[in-house]
Order: sequence, then structure tokens, then C-alpha cells
Amino acid sequence: MNISILINIVYILAAIAFILGFKLMSSPESARKGNLISGIGMLSAIIVTLMDAQVQRYDFILIGLLAGSVVGLILAYRTPMTGMPQMVGLLNGFGGLASFLVAWAEFHAHKHHLTAGSAAIIWVAAIIGAVTFTGSVIAWAKLEEKFISGKPITYKGQQIVTTIVVLGMLVSGALFAIQVQSENGYLYFAAFTFFSMVLGVLLTIPIGGADMPVVICLLNSYSGMAACASGFIIQNNLLIVAGALVGASGIILTLIMCKAMNRSIANVFLGGFGAPPSGSSAEVVGELKEVKADDAYLMLEAANKVVIVPGYGLAVSQAQHAVRELMEALEKNGAEVSFAIHPVAGRMPGHMNVLLAEANVSYDAMVEMDSINPQMENVDVCMIIGANDVVNPAAQEDKNSPLWGMPIIEAYKARTVIVMKRGKGKGFAGVENILFFRNNCRMLYGDAKASLQNLIAAFKGA
Amino acid sequence: MESTILIFLIFILVLSIFLGFEIISKVPSLLHTPLMSGSNAISGVTVVGALIAAGLAKGVGDNDVAAILGGIAIFLAMINVVGGYFVTDRMLNMFKKKK
Repeated sequence: MNISILINIVYILAAIAFILGFKLMSSPESARKGNLISGIGMLSAIIVTLMDAQVQRYDFILIGLLAGSVVGLILAYRTPMTGMPQMVGLLNGFGGLASFLVAWAEFHAHKHHLTAGSAAIIWVAAIIGAVTFTGSVIAWAKLEEKFISGKPITYKGQQIVTTIVVLGMLVSGALFAIQVQSENGYLYFAAFTFFSMVLGVLLTIPIGGADMPVVICLLNSYSGMAACASGFIIQNNLLIVAGALVGASGIILTLIMCKAMNRSIANVFLGGFGAPPSGSSAEVVGELKEVKADDAYLMLEAANKVVIVPGYGLAVSQAQHAVRELMEALEKNGAEVSFAIHPVAGRMPGHMNVLLAEANVSYDAMVEMDSINPQMENVDVCMIIGANDVVNPAAQEDKNSPLWGMPIIEAYKARTVIVMKRGKGKGFAGVENILFFRNNCRMLYGDAKASLQNLIAAFKGA
Repeated sequence: MESTILIFLIFILVLSIFLGFEIISKVPSLLHTPLMSGSNAISGVTVVGALIAAGLAKGVGDNDVAAILGGIAIFLAMINVVGGYFVTDRMLNMFKKKK
């Protein structure tokens, strides 16, 4: 059989494997198998590509395959679950840079006989790759909070600067396509590379804090689009199919996150996204009613139905295992316990679920916001741990609140609400939480892990 | 590139986008983090393009530089492929149903 036919048949099978992999992710029971099938598809695609007639030397290939696999394995097993947003952010960047380099290599090898059309495709792949790369590096650094602050960075004339950079990218790209075979080709290539790398930085630095998950999703999508664009360069269907799947996935997640925060996609690109909004909200009436662990225990001990609303604060104080122990104690006491998870809980979509799963909370106990809200009136105790804005009724009641319109977990409908909180501070959005002042709400101050352990001890002592 | 090939590739692209939206909107929010790391792995499919560039014949014209660029691209794409698939597996292994 002709080798190139064999290669293409395997590419078709690999594409099917990728599609099946995503399809099997529709349930946690089949997801792991799906991931394995997808991985086998990828491995087969790599092996048959090595048989391609164009592949004449193996030195750089071997080094690249080995070194990349080792680094990948280390990352996969060394990254803690709390660090997953950073790892995904970093991988988005690597994917973008890899696609950029493929575009560059293709330009370098064929620069004397590229048509304007092919040059334009190289331009598209290179700019998407470069924007993804620098954007992801900034996003990663912001999440790590090591090199730059996680806060949004804004400056005067931001949109003018961005417009100039985009124009530079377009003009140098047009000149590149027209004059690709001339000696100026490299000059224009360098110019649009520079502009697109700057653009990646400009698009990411104004975004901060709680809004980083949106950016991670968007960059995830870009890394797929970059792979897709390099598929056009080498005219490979597998890259186009796989890239489009990843692109679609990232866009869907971006839309979900935007909806959960009640912001538009356009808002993501305009400066100051995630900066504390300046709205004058209504005066808060009532007072904060503090509760001690022994009284909180009595409330929980009498409850039949308990809902726990976890926020990123839970992970920060490493209280996942303590919360699972409390869950077990409550269940032993005859209560039904579930976790209500808001789409923006944690620092990326689904992050809170992973953190709870790591602490051995079974996934059938994790309930989505839309499924828990109709049941909230029958809940005896709703316990809020390290979450704030996502349970603030101001989103439904106060038109002047910056949170107005944001979908929330309707914790206030529960018979009793216990809020575990470090101190009296405000949420990410800098808004006073009117839930805390309600008659059915009690505040349990202190470190979440310590408070949980006090409650567990109370159950054990009983 | 011939315009017929380009049209054909765009055809594949459009169908894939629709397919992507269909299947991925069925992934529950429970699994969105593994979905993203799994996407990282699949976006490493760029490695196929990188392998072709890194395998270009020695000593012909500009091939050597292209091969080095391809080699670096393989390194980066493989981090995505291996890191993405293994970390996804590690995460999915944690999701357990109640006994």
C-alpha cells in the first residue's frame, strides 16, 4: 500500500479518536476512557508522520520528542490541583508558540517560492500563535502572582495603543504577503511577529483578579485556532479538525464564564475588565450576627438537608479534606449533604469540582447552580465556605449594585445560613454582601479549616 | 495554494466547528477543568506539522534552520501532548461515584 494513503487513513482514525474522546467526556464514568482513546489517536498520528516521505532526518525529532515528553510528565505529576489554572495557562502558551514556530519554519524553508496566498496563511498562523504565547505568559504570571501583580493594569490611551499595534500587524502582514519572495520578507515577518507579541501582552494586562478564568478559556481557544491555522499551512486535515474542536471548546467555556459573571465578551477586550466597579449600592440594613462553633454544631446536628457552597477561599486554606470529613459526620448523623458549585467558583471552569474530587468527595454530591436553586427553600442549613459574591442577593435585588444581573446561588432562601469567613472583608468585586445581614444568617469567623475541625470535633464528641 | 484545496480545507474547518460546538456543549461543568487540559493535549497536534519541518532533508537550501525551528516546536508541542493527556488522566481518576 502507498505509504501516504496509510498515513492519511491513520489521520482519519486519529480525528475520530479525538471526537470520541470529547464525546465520552459527557459523563464522568466514561471520560477517562475517552481521554485514553484520544491519546492513542495522538500517538498513532505521531508515529505515522515519522514515516512521511518528507521526513528525512531524525536528530532534532528525537531530541524534541524525548525532551518534551519528559517535561510534560514532570508537569503532569508535579502540579498540585490548586495550580491547574497556571498549568493550563502555560500549556496554552506552549501550544501557541509551537504553532508560531511551525509557521516560521515553513516560511524559512520555502521563502523563495511562496505565493501571496500561502504567505497570508503563514501570517494568520504566526500571529495567532504569537498572541496566544505572550498572552498566556502574562496570564500565567498573573495567576502565579510572582512576577507581576494579579491586579488589572490600566493606563491612559490604552485603546489607542492597541489600535496602533493592530494596524501595524495588519500593514506588515499585507506587505509580507505581497513581497514574501523579496529580501524584505524577513523584515516584515519580524515586524508582524513583534506587533502580535505586543498585542498578546496588551490584551492580557488590563484583566485581573476574579476575571482571569475568562482569559484562560479564551487563550485555550486561541491555542486551538493556532493549531488549526498551521493545518492550513501544511494542508493537513487532522490539524484543522483537532484545532477546530479545541477552538470551539474554548469559546463555549468563555461564553459560560462570561454569562456566569454577567459580562459580555466585548467587555473582555476593553480595558479595565475586572477592575472594581464604582457603583453606589443601596445602604445595608441590619447587623452581622456572629455564631460560635458549638452553636453552629447544634444547627447542623438538627439539620436534615445541608448544602455547602464552596469558594476559592476553601482551597486557599487547604480545607477540602476537612470539609469532606464534616460531610461524612453529617451523613452519619442522617443528614443529606450536597455541594452547590457556582460556575465561577475556583480559578477556572470546573476547578472547584476537581479540588473536591481530590479530597474524595464523590461527584454525585456536587450540584450545579441551576439544579440547586429550586431546592433551596427545603434546605435546613446552607453553609458558605470562602464564597462571597456568588451568594450575594444584591445581584437579584439591588439594581445599583455592580453585581446586578449576575446569576447567584440562592443561599438566602435556606432556613439557616452559616457563613464561614476569615474576617469582615468584602468580596472580589468589593461589594458589601447583604446576605450576611439577613435574619437567617450567622457568621462563623476564623480560618475555614480550623472552624471545620471544631465542628468535626463536636460531632465526634457527641 | 490552489483555491480548490483551500475551499476543501475550509469545508472541513466549518464542519469541525459545528461538530465541536455540538459535542462540547454536552460536557458537564463538573468536567470543565479536565476538558481544558484535554484540549491542551489535543492542541499539541501541531506536533505533526513540527515533525515535517524538523525532518526536512539535511543541507538543502534553508532546510537546516527550518529543522531546528521544527525541533523546538516538537519539544513544546510534546509538553502539551504528554502533559495534557497525563494530567487529564490524573484528574479524571479522582472523580469517584458514591460507594
